[in-house]
Amino acid sequence: MKDVSFGQYYPVSSFVHRVDPRLKILFLIAYIVAIFLANNFYALGACALVLVLTIAFSHVPVRKVFRAVRGILFLVVFTAAINVLFNASEEVYWAGPAVYWKWKIFSVTQAGIVFSAFLVIRLVLLVTFSSMLTYTTTPVALTDGLESLLTPLKWIRFPVHALALIMSLALRMIPILMDETERIRDAQKARGAAMDEGNLIKRVKAMIPVLIPLLLSAFRRADELGEAMESRCYMGGKKRTKYKKLRFTWRDLIAFLLIAALVTGVVLLRVYVGAFL
Amino acid sequence: MNPFPLRGLPLKGAARGRPPIITIKTMQITAEHLTYVYNPGSPFAVKALDDVSLTIEEGEFFGIIGHTGSGKSTFVKHLNGLIRLPSSQKHYKKPKAKKGQPAPVEPSLKVGEFDLADRKTDFRALRKKVGMVFQYPEAQLFAETVFDDVAFGLKNFEKDLKAEEIEAAVKAATEIVGLDYAAVKDVSPFDLSGGQRRRAAIAGVIVTKPEILVLDEPAAGLDPLGKKEIMELLHRLHRDWCRTIVIVSHDMDEIAENCTRAAVFSEGKLVCALPPKELFLKSEELLSLGLDIPLTAKLCAALAKRGVSVGCDFTVDGFVRAVLGAKGEKR
Amino acid sequence: MTAVSFKNVDFSYGEDGFHMKNFSLDVEEGELVAVLGHNGSGKSTLARLMNGLLLADGGSVEIFGEPLTEKNLYDVRRQVGVVFQNPDNQTVSSIVEDDVAFGAENVGLPREEIGRRIEFALSAVGMEKYRDATVSRLSGGQKQRVAIAGVLALKPRVLVLDESTAMLDPRGRREIMDVVLRLNREEGMTVVLITHFMEEALLCGRAVVMNRGEIVMQGAPAEIFERHEELLTYNLTLPRIGEICKKLQAGGLPVPDTLDIDLLADSIARLLNE
Repeated sequence: MKDVSFGQYYPVSSFVHRVDPRLKILFLIAYIVAIFLANNFYALGACALVLVLTIAFSHVPVRKVFRAVRGILFLVVFTAAINVLFNASEEVYWAGPAVYWKWKIFSVTQAGIVFSAFLVIRLVLLVTFSSMLTYTTTPVALTDGLESLLTPLKWIRFPVHALALIMSLALRMIPILMDETERIRDAQKARGAAMDEGNLIKRVKAMIPVLIPLLLSAFRRADELGEAMESRCYMGGKKRTKYKKLRFTWRDLIAFLLIAALVTGVVLLRVYVGAFL
Repeated sequence: MNPFPLRGLPLKGAARGRPPIITIKTMQITAEHLTYVYNPGSPFAVKALDDVSLTIEEGEFFGIIGHTGSGKSTFVKHLNGLIRLPSSQKHYKKPKAKKGQPAPVEPSLKVGEFDLADRKTDFRALRKKVGMVFQYPEAQLFAETVFDDVAFGLKNFEKDLKAEEIEAAVKAATEIVGLDYAAVKDVSPFDLSGGQRRRAAIAGVIVTKPEILVLDEPAAGLDPLGKKEIMELLHRLHRDWCRTIVIVSHDMDEIAENCTRAAVFSEGKLVCALPPKELFLKSEELLSLGLDIPLTAKLCAALAKRGVSVGCDFTVDGFVRAVLGAKGEKR
Repeated sequence: MTAVSFKNVDFSYGEDGFHMKNFSLDVEEGELVAVLGHNGSGKSTLARLMNGLLLADGGSVEIFGEPLTEKNLYDVRRQVGVVFQNPDNQTVSSIVEDDVAFGAENVGLPREEIGRRIEFALSAVGMEKYRDATVSRLSGGQKQRVAIAGVLALKPRVLVLDESTAMLDPRGRREIMDVVLRLNREEGMTVVLITHFMEEALLCGRAVVMNRGEIVMQGAPAEIFERHEELLTYNLTLPRIGEICKKLQAGGLPVPDTLDIDLLADSIARLLNE
């Protein structure tokens, strides 16, 4: 019942949900590249359009999406303020004075406003698109996708299989341990432990009666898990086969075309239109 | 030396010089329209409790029955404020009545003098009076010695106890759960055997002499003898230590043998709360909820099919008495 | 054929830990054997000796006639599947199907075969509808059935359940017992059921009582429960129905010693109507 707080996967079925997780991870990377290549507002507009399409076809409610932005609101405001206040460039972008206000080293200029608006949009696009990945992909699918993408690293003897197994076990155990933490916290609270009171040192001290039992239990679980895995013939990654194979579908093609168009578009805009317009 | 230093401490009001109000205080548990939703407003929303009204009298040995996810654990966690009523939380807004409809009933929960719907309630004082033993309580042991672990709760609740008062209380608690105080007090709780660990953990809860003791499946995972010993311990506690015992259990035989009354939960709702001898007359209903019934009830049903009716209270001894009594009548 | 045979096995955990000396036990193919004993009687050690998680210090453990050694460990583990107590500590993946596949993947079966094995194993435990479910959302009994399926995917010939019902509620316990009985009766699976629930032992063909690493009683469950004074000395109790028989007899009603509800009801009805 409580494992839902882990991760932010939004469990509905949609076009975006069903795109291959490997592609989604690659798309996120491509999107980040596109955002950083974009050096004018047309290009950013194209990025925003792709984001809007993604949200529209994901069935994730818009207010959920905005919640991700709310988490970085402080960062956004802070970045914007710094960029507005410290940009002394006197470039002119529209009719009107280049400098609106000046006091000591602080100033508000046209360039400052444009530049900080640009940064804020980039930041918001970046965070929103990343959170779309976690909203629409289960942690398990993400792990599978990562493992598959990392497979070429086997050639340089990188333990891809072990890494994937660790991730998969972690995904399995995290909700269990979170449940357990809550149980032990409740038990100690019932014995009068004050968990959320006092200064930092007091709080850290209050964690001990939770942390020690939790650690002991985690070790015990690891032990038993090891035995169970051995009993099921686990002997490392050597002879192992993999049951689940990811397959590309027509959805992936459409999504691919969209992202490819975006990256190409951004590059073209960069070459033919130039910075800040 | 007073072995129970926490008994008979003056009440707060009296200490501040107000005239003491002479009332017979009973630790009665009264829940009305208790409702609880996990993850409200999300696609995972689960109604864990649905309009539960239930009274547990002081002095009862009360059983709570239901499947995993029936709401019984959620109910029990309300009793010492581990789960708070909405109205006792910050930023609480009273639900408004829709036009033409009566105002929505607000859930209420009272445990003795504590009103759990009130934000100003002293929840720590409540927890001292309502002890709670969770499933597999040995998982909460953490201190270096059994003594320190048992004393943990006591020190949390009573900041200025003298060393000898603490020692006396820890000794009494360790002994009533059936551990040899001198032998275990300086031992690491992790060096005890499984059954002893569970006892030590229970001692750590009852050390404050709670008036109500709530236990979630106290015998889970133990072998038959360990189970029997834990049930004996509960009776000892009920007699000499805590006024009221509330026990969550899957074992219907255990409920039939021990409880004064038992409540049945299903899908967040309270189905009924009856003494075992009335409850297990409704065996059909319990079976249809997928719950078990005690062996004695199964035997009574099998006998009824063969045209023999024995009225009994569903304890083993009661059943035997009823059968032998029926035999006597025939003669 | 003898499925599992302990031949004069010695085993100990260190100097003054638990000891097992000159221990012998045969489990025939297709048998359903209950192993009873209080906590610490050595019954879990037995499970670990059967699939080589522990190796005997002396004597030998033979699986279908072949002595277990470090060399044939993995062959033995394919034949003897062990299900443990805590369902949460034996599933390796968050998705049912992935978890069931784990063992089959480990031994390098081809993909198509693994798919067939998953289907077979999940339907054997009645969980075919949950193939894509998230493990953490299942009930205790369902999780434990998935754990059994994970073992069955290796197509073992012997299934060992090491107190696999101890942490479950009555419904979960019933689910597991139904699966075990069906596997034994319909598929002829050899099952060793380690438990401390007397009621479960009643469903088995043979019961073995252990105490301090030794077999102290064995035979048909009903025979064992007749010797209830002896059981008590091994920290075991009579199933409740046996207790009722004894009390009725003590009160002068000559019911037979039985552990069957219908038989007991029959004889009570008869005696009362005389």
